[in-house]
Amino acid sequence: MARLSSPQELGKYRDEILSKRNPDQPLITVCGGTGCHASGCHAVVDAFRKVLQEKAKGNGIGLRVTGCHGFCERGPLVVIHPKMVLYQKVKPEDAPAIFQETVLNGKVLENLLYEHPATGEKIATEEKVPFYQKQRRIILGNNGNIDPTQIEDYLAVGGYRALAKALFSMKPEEIIGEVKKANLRGRGGGGFPAGLKWEQCRNAPSDIKYLVCNADEGDPGAYMDRSLLEGNPHSALEGMIIGAYAIGSHEGYIFVRHEYPLALENIGIAIQQARELGLLGRDILGSGFHFDIKISRGGGAFVAGESTALMATIEGNVGEPRAKHIHTVVSGLHDKPTNLNNVETWANVPVIINEGADWYGRIGTEGSKGTKIFSLVGKVNNTGLVEVPMGMSLREIVYDIGGGIPGGKRFKAVQTGGPSGGCIPESMIDLPVDFDRLTEVGSMMGSGGMIVMDESTCMVDVAKYFMNFLKDESCGKCTSCREGTKRMYELLADITEGRGTMDHLCLLEDLGWVTAEASLCALGGTAPNPVLSTIRYFRDEYKEHIINKQCPAKVCRQLLQYRILSDVCTSCGRCSKVCSVKAITGKQKTKKEKGEPFEIDAEKCIRCGMCFESCKFEAIEVQ
Amino acid sequence: MIPFSIDGQPVEGREGGNILETALDAGIEIPHLCFNESVKPYGACRLCLVEVVRNGKSRMAASCTHPVQKGMEVFTRTEKVLRARKMITELILAMCPGDKLIQEMAKGMGIDEVRFKKEEKDCILCGLCARVCDEVVGANAIHFAFRGDRREMIPPFQGEATNCIACGACVVVCPVDVIRMKEEGDERTIIRWKRTLKMKSCKVCGNYFAPWFQLEKFKEKAKLPKDFYDLCYTCRS
Repeated sequence: MARLSSPQELGKYRDEILSKRNPDQPLITVCGGTGCHASGCHAVVDAFRKVLQEKAKGNGIGLRVTGCHGFCERGPLVVIHPKMVLYQKVKPEDAPAIFQETVLNGKVLENLLYEHPATGEKIATEEKVPFYQKQRRIILGNNGNIDPTQIEDYLAVGGYRALAKALFSMKPEEIIGEVKKANLRGRGGGGFPAGLKWEQCRNAPSDIKYLVCNADEGDPGAYMDRSLLEGNPHSALEGMIIGAYAIGSHEGYIFVRHEYPLALENIGIAIQQARELGLLGRDILGSGFHFDIKISRGGGAFVAGESTALMATIEGNVGEPRAKHIHTVVSGLHDKPTNLNNVETWANVPVIINEGADWYGRIGTEGSKGTKIFSLVGKVNNTGLVEVPMGMSLREIVYDIGGGIPGGKRFKAVQTGGPSGGCIPESMIDLPVDFDRLTEVGSMMGSGGMIVMDESTCMVDVAKYFMNFLKDESCGKCTSCREGTKRMYELLADITEGRGTMDHLCLLEDLGWVTAEASLCALGGTAPNPVLSTIRYFRDEYKEHIINKQCPAKVCRQLLQYRILSDVCTSCGRCSKVCSVKAITGKQKTKKEKGEPFEIDAEKCIRCGMCFESCKFEAIEVQ
Repeated sequence: MIPFSIDGQPVEGREGGNILETALDAGIEIPHLCFNESVKPYGACRLCLVEVVRNGKSRMAASCTHPVQKGMEVFTRTEKVLRARKMITELILAMCPGDKLIQEMAKGMGIDEVRFKKEEKDCILCGLCARVCDEVVGANAIHFAFRGDRREMIPPFQGEATNCIACGACVVVCPVDVIRMKEEGDERTIIRWKRTLKMKSCKVCGNYFAPWFQLEKFKEKAKLPKDFYDLCYTCRS
C-alpha cells in the first residue's frame, strides 16, 4: 500500500476497505488476549482454521483473532458475526459444530452459551450478558472487533479519523483546549490533568521535546494497558501522534515491559504499518508534521513505571526516581521537556477529538470524566477487564458486573490502586469510584487494579503481602522507603506469627507516616497505604491477632490450632499417616478392635493443614 | 542571589543552589549523611528533611535536592521534621548498629534503644563513594547493585573492582568510615573493593607514592608527557 498523503486519501482508503467488507458475511472472532491465550485460545484458532480450510474454501467466511474482550474468566471466547453470538469456554473440538450449526445454519449452540448465574437463563449475545451490560466500553470496545495486527481493521472502525481532524482542522492550542475541557486525567496513577501537562510541555522553551507512552504496568494482577496494547495498539498510537502535534514533539518512546511479549510484538507491527501508510514518520498525511516513535523495553522493575525512573531507564541509567522540583515537562528525558502519559490515557485522546469534550464530559463525575478500565480480580465470580463510567459504585462493579462473591461467601473489602493502594471495607461499598473519592478514603485509583476480598481473606496477611512486594520493588534509594517497607513487613510478620504486641501497632502507624512523608517518589509516598488503610478499617482484626493470638479468617498459619473432635473421629488413622512431624497419635481401629480417637500434640504441630485436608469425616477443627 | 528564610532568619542562596548548602553556609546545622559539596545532591539518606512553606502550602522535602526559591520559608526543626528525622536515624542505626557516627547522632536525638531487629551491616547506602568515583574521579568503578531491601554497594559482580585506580577518594568521603585503604610495601589495597595495585616509586627519593595504574590513567586522560610522574609530589615541588 502506498503512503497516504492527504486526509482525502485516508478517507478514500477507508471507503475502499469498507467496500470490500460485507457486514452480513459470517465472521468468526476468537479472543487472542493474554487471558484467553492462557486458557488455550490458540488451539481453538487452529481448529477453526482447519475446519475452514476443509469445508469453506473461498466462500468468504472470515476468521479473526482479536484482542482481549475482558471476560477472561470465561475464556476462550468466540463471537460469531453478524449475529454476535457469544460462546464461552470454547474447546478446539467445538469448532466443527460451531461452524456447521452457527456459521452455516444460523443455529445457536446452547451448551456453549453463558448461563445467568441467578436465573439459569442461557444468554446468546455479548451485549445481554450482565458482565457487559453495565459497562461503557468507549476505549476497550474495539478490542473485540479488530485484529490488532491489521491496520485496515482499525481504519475500518474509524481509526485515524481523529488524527486527520486534529492535523487539518485544529490548531495545537485548540487540541490542548479540548483535552483540558474534557478534563482528561492521567490513568496511570496520579490522575494529573493531561491537558495541563500538555500545555506546560508545549510552553516549555526547547527545540527538542519528547513524548513518552508509559506501558510499564507493574501492579500484580493488573493488565489494562497490556490488553490495550495487545488488542488495539493503534488507539494509543493515534493518541500519541495527536499529542505530539499538540505539544510540538517529533520524537516519542513507548516504554513497554519486556514481560509483555505480545504487546511488544503488536505495538511493533502497528508502528511499522502506520509508518508504511504515512501516518507516522515524516510529513504525516501530507501535513508537513513529522513524528516518529521508538520502542524501549523495560526490565521488569516496578519502580521504573515512575516517570523520572522510567526516563532514567530510557537513557540507559538505573531506574531510580529523582526529585521533581523541576517538572519533567520542563526537564525530563535527556533534560528536555518531556510529556509522559500511560497507554489508557493516550487511548482516550482520539475519542475526545472525535466526539468532542462536551460529549466526553457527560460521562463520569464532577472531578473525574470519562471511563476507567479496571482489572477486576480476586474473590469475585466474573474476573476480567471492565470499563465503567467514573463514579460507578463499588457495589455495582463487584455485584452487577463482577457477579458477586463465589461460594456464597461474604464480601469483606476491595483493594484498589495496585500494591500501594488501600483496602476499602464493606461499609463503604456504595462509594462512587473516582480519583478524588478513592483518595479521600485512604486508597487511590492507581492504574486500575481492583482486588475483591471475601471473609476468608485476612487483612493483616494482605498488608503483609503487599509490604513484601514493595520492600522488594522499592528502588532502595531513600532510607525511609527501603527501611520503612522492610520494617513494616517485619512487624506484620511478627503479628501474623503470634509475636505481635500493641506496640507493634503504634510503631506501624509511626513508620507508615514517616515512609509516606519522607520518601522521594510516589512509590514511597503511597507504600504505607495497605498498612494504614487496613489498620484504619480493620483494627479489630489486628487486635484479634495481637491480643487473642487468633486469625479470624483462618489464614495466618502460626495462629491456627488444629483439634480432633473425639466424638466424630473414627480412629481410621489417616491423619496420623499424613502428618510429617508425627504430631498425631492414637490407636487405629482394626477389624477386631475398636481403636481410640486420635489427638494432635499442639507443641509438635507445624500447622501445615495436611490432617485437616485428609480427614474424610470432618473430625478436625481449626480454631 | 535568591533571598528566602530559614527558621525565620533571612538567607541568600545561589542561583541553582539548594537549601542544605545555603543553610550550612549560613551556619545553620541540618543533619545529613549523603550530601557532599563535591558531588551532585542525591537525596538518599533523607536525614536533611525540612519543612518548606511556599504559597501558603507546607510540605516536607529533602533540603539537599530542593532548589532555592525566592520567598520560600524553610523550617528545620518543626515537630514533624524532628519526628521523621528521629525515626530515620533509628532505621539507619538498626541497619548499621556498629557505626560510631550513627550511634552519636542517635544519642543526640534521644534514641536509647532500637525497636527493630538489629542487622549487621556497616554501609548506610548513601552512595557517596560511587558518586565521587563517577563524578569527580571519572573511574566509575563501583555502583549500587540490586534494589529494595537487597540493595548493596559492591564491586562489580562481587569481584575485584577492575576500574578502580585506588585513589582513595571513596575512603575520604565515606561518612561512616567503612571503606579502608592499606599500604604494604609496594602495594596499595582498597579492601572493600578487593582492589590491590602496585605502587610506583619516586626516581629521586625512592618512596612509593601512587599506584602505576592510576598514574597511567591520569597521563592518558590529561595527555601528559611520558615522564610526568617520574617524581613524587614532594620531590617535584
